[in-house]
Amino acid sequence: MPPIGPTAACASMPKPLNEGPSNDVMIKANRRKLDLKNGRVDLSHGAGGRAMGQLIEDIFHKAFDNEWLRAGNDQSAFMVPGGRMVMTTDGYVVSPLFFPGGNIGSLAVYGTINDIAMAGAVPLYLSASFIIEEGFPLTDLDRIAETMGDASRETGVPIITGDTKVVERGKADGVFISTAGVGMVPAGLDLRSDAARPGDVVIVSGSIGDHGVAVMSKRENLEFDTGIVSDSAALHGLVAGMVEAAGAAIRLMRDPTRGGLAATLNEIANASKVGFRIDEEAIPIKPEVAAACEFLGLDPLNVANEGKLVAVVAPEAADAMLAVMRAHPLGREAALVGHVVADDDCFVQMATSFGGGRIVDWLSGEQLPRIC
Amino acid sequence: MKYIDEHRDGRLAKEIARQIAALADPARSYHFMEFCGGHTHAISRYGLEDLLPQNVQMIHGPGCPVCVLPIGRIDAAIALAMRPEITLCTYGDLMRVPGSNESSLLKARAAGADIRMVYSTLDALRIAEAEPDREVVFFAIGFETTAPPTALALRVAIAKELRNFSIFCNHVLTPAAIQNILESPDVRKLGTVKIDGFIGPAHVSIVIGTEPYEFFAEEFQQPVVVAGFEPLDVIQAILMLVRQVNDGRHEVENQYIRAVTRFGNEKAQAQVANFFELRESFEWRGLGEVPYGALRLRPQYAEHDSEKRFSMVTTAAKDNPACECGAILRGVKKPANCSLFGTVCTPDTPMGSCMVSPEGACAAHWTYGRLREHAKAFE
Repeated sequence: MPPIGPTAACASMPKPLNEGPSNDVMIKANRRKLDLKNGRVDLSHGAGGRAMGQLIEDIFHKAFDNEWLRAGNDQSAFMVPGGRMVMTTDGYVVSPLFFPGGNIGSLAVYGTINDIAMAGAVPLYLSASFIIEEGFPLTDLDRIAETMGDASRETGVPIITGDTKVVERGKADGVFISTAGVGMVPAGLDLRSDAARPGDVVIVSGSIGDHGVAVMSKRENLEFDTGIVSDSAALHGLVAGMVEAAGAAIRLMRDPTRGGLAATLNEIANASKVGFRIDEEAIPIKPEVAAACEFLGLDPLNVANEGKLVAVVAPEAADAMLAVMRAHPLGREAALVGHVVADDDCFVQMATSFGGGRIVDWLSGEQLPRIC
Repeated sequence: MKYIDEHRDGRLAKEIARQIAALADPARSYHFMEFCGGHTHAISRYGLEDLLPQNVQMIHGPGCPVCVLPIGRIDAAIALAMRPEITLCTYGDLMRVPGSNESSLLKARAAGADIRMVYSTLDALRIAEAEPDREVVFFAIGFETTAPPTALALRVAIAKELRNFSIFCNHVLTPAAIQNILESPDVRKLGTVKIDGFIGPAHVSIVIGTEPYEFFAEEFQQPVVVAGFEPLDVIQAILMLVRQVNDGRHEVENQYIRAVTRFGNEKAQAQVANFFELRESFEWRGLGEVPYGALRLRPQYAEHDSEKRFSMVTTAAKDNPACECGAILRGVKKPANCSLFGTVCTPDTPMGSCMVSPEGACAAHWTYGRLREHAKAFE
């Protein structure tokens, strides 16, 4: 890829350029503290970016501190008689509740399964709890539950416990679902978010941005006609094939949900203390998704996915892994999009199809609230 | 994407870059200001500077509606939104712009203000229609591009007798700002900013045409090339500017002929003229008071003018003393020259407005280009 070299300082500049901040190290060192006395939660605290990271770290990690939370994964693994178990929990507040390609119920089942699958684990059981607003139509609730039942049977992961609460009108928005899930990690497999190393390749399992665009297309005030449906799907079947074929070559996997591929790569870069070089032309994006992002002013790299995974894989296994993935219906468009490089500053860089280079950063702010 | 990808063709870009490199005189440097945030964004997002020779440099101008809004106007909007009868409708970008004392509309909303993010003026109208008991205020910002939709909203509100709908008008005008930059001491006397030409606005020019730039191209002997927002538009405009400079010409040229004419969209201009008049003076962040650089509602529409309807007061508020947004908006400094850049000021915790909108020079540089200051070598 073309180098992004330092450019010469403009002759008219009164001061020399400062050193330039590194990606996250500087941000953490310099960021302003949460104002615990007078501050309030705002929407940016739920947007999946740095503000949310700070909220989690300064409030929840501080209060709950332990080695599992500190690992910073979407699930945690622990030893039980018989092997390593993973456990995850997830909340669903998507708006609208029904969207092309699914609804909040299917999203909850698949999303929870995916969090387990990203540890390479076999999902076993789920729980679901419902916070329902007074006045919510029973027919909608029934439809959501039926979808969850279908998703659970199709994936072979039963929902074995649950809880139901009803709150006064105006205290929730229709229905919120929260789930938990457990699964077992195959013997010998240990995927960690800090395991990416220079030279590794980055593979995505298919086209990105489908879910976010499908949900946006049904948003009030924003409705537009598109054939795009959410990619919401359970990835444990695809993962099982990958683990079976070349489990030892997988460093780690993530599902790029809120914040999209950009947030996921930045999270991995920071956890593993490496950088990425990716190639814009190699990233699979459906033309309809690209077009919708164009007029919505979004970057597809920031848009949520619900049925895609990113795998960091040892380079020698790249071809074999791609072949295995492409043989599975959910990995047909799997593509090698870049590689891991040594970079203490943990930057994700991209060669643009235009011929230049740029950073791929986390999204700031709350462009897409309640996408999952 | 048909009709889009053609304007992002990397092979064509390389060919144009080759021509620029061949034409650029190594004995001199070329400093071009892209006025618009849309151009700034395209340059950063596509890594366009990597294709230019070292002696062709871009200076980011003030053409970002969110960036030029002074703190006092944000404070006034927050104060208004905190009133219980008010529903303030705003574009998402404005939510995070810092006001005085670390305030913002986002925080005001968390504290209970009824602030709603909308995608267009028509969304605000719909809210006014659906909720007649609420005082619905549309926080109108932007250049000549967004003034016609605001005029349209006003026309609809009057036709539908929506008496609970009003506009907090912050529309600003491009030619006045460009003239202000060219007349500033930085450019005229001190020589701290060297400008050899302008990339003229894309969408603004669709509305106003290229004719309004003819005056200062002549008066200030500055070449202007009006260009579209796609990366090939920008790089072609740079080539056209290099040619003008080499030839000693200072003309208004139109690269964006697929959308821009000499006199622009006269229907849209007439709509704006019907409902708005010039303000004698209006504060722009970074530029200070700009004469005849902004619009307000005509007096006969006072009922729909939030400033009059709610007796709004705008008090001058000082920027953070370390914030260099002002100098950056004038092209005097680059984002990396600011000691706040990337330390306490990031898009997540913006101190200045240039770090908020994706069109702001600081946000664009942070999001796409901050690596350029790193001395690290790349393979």
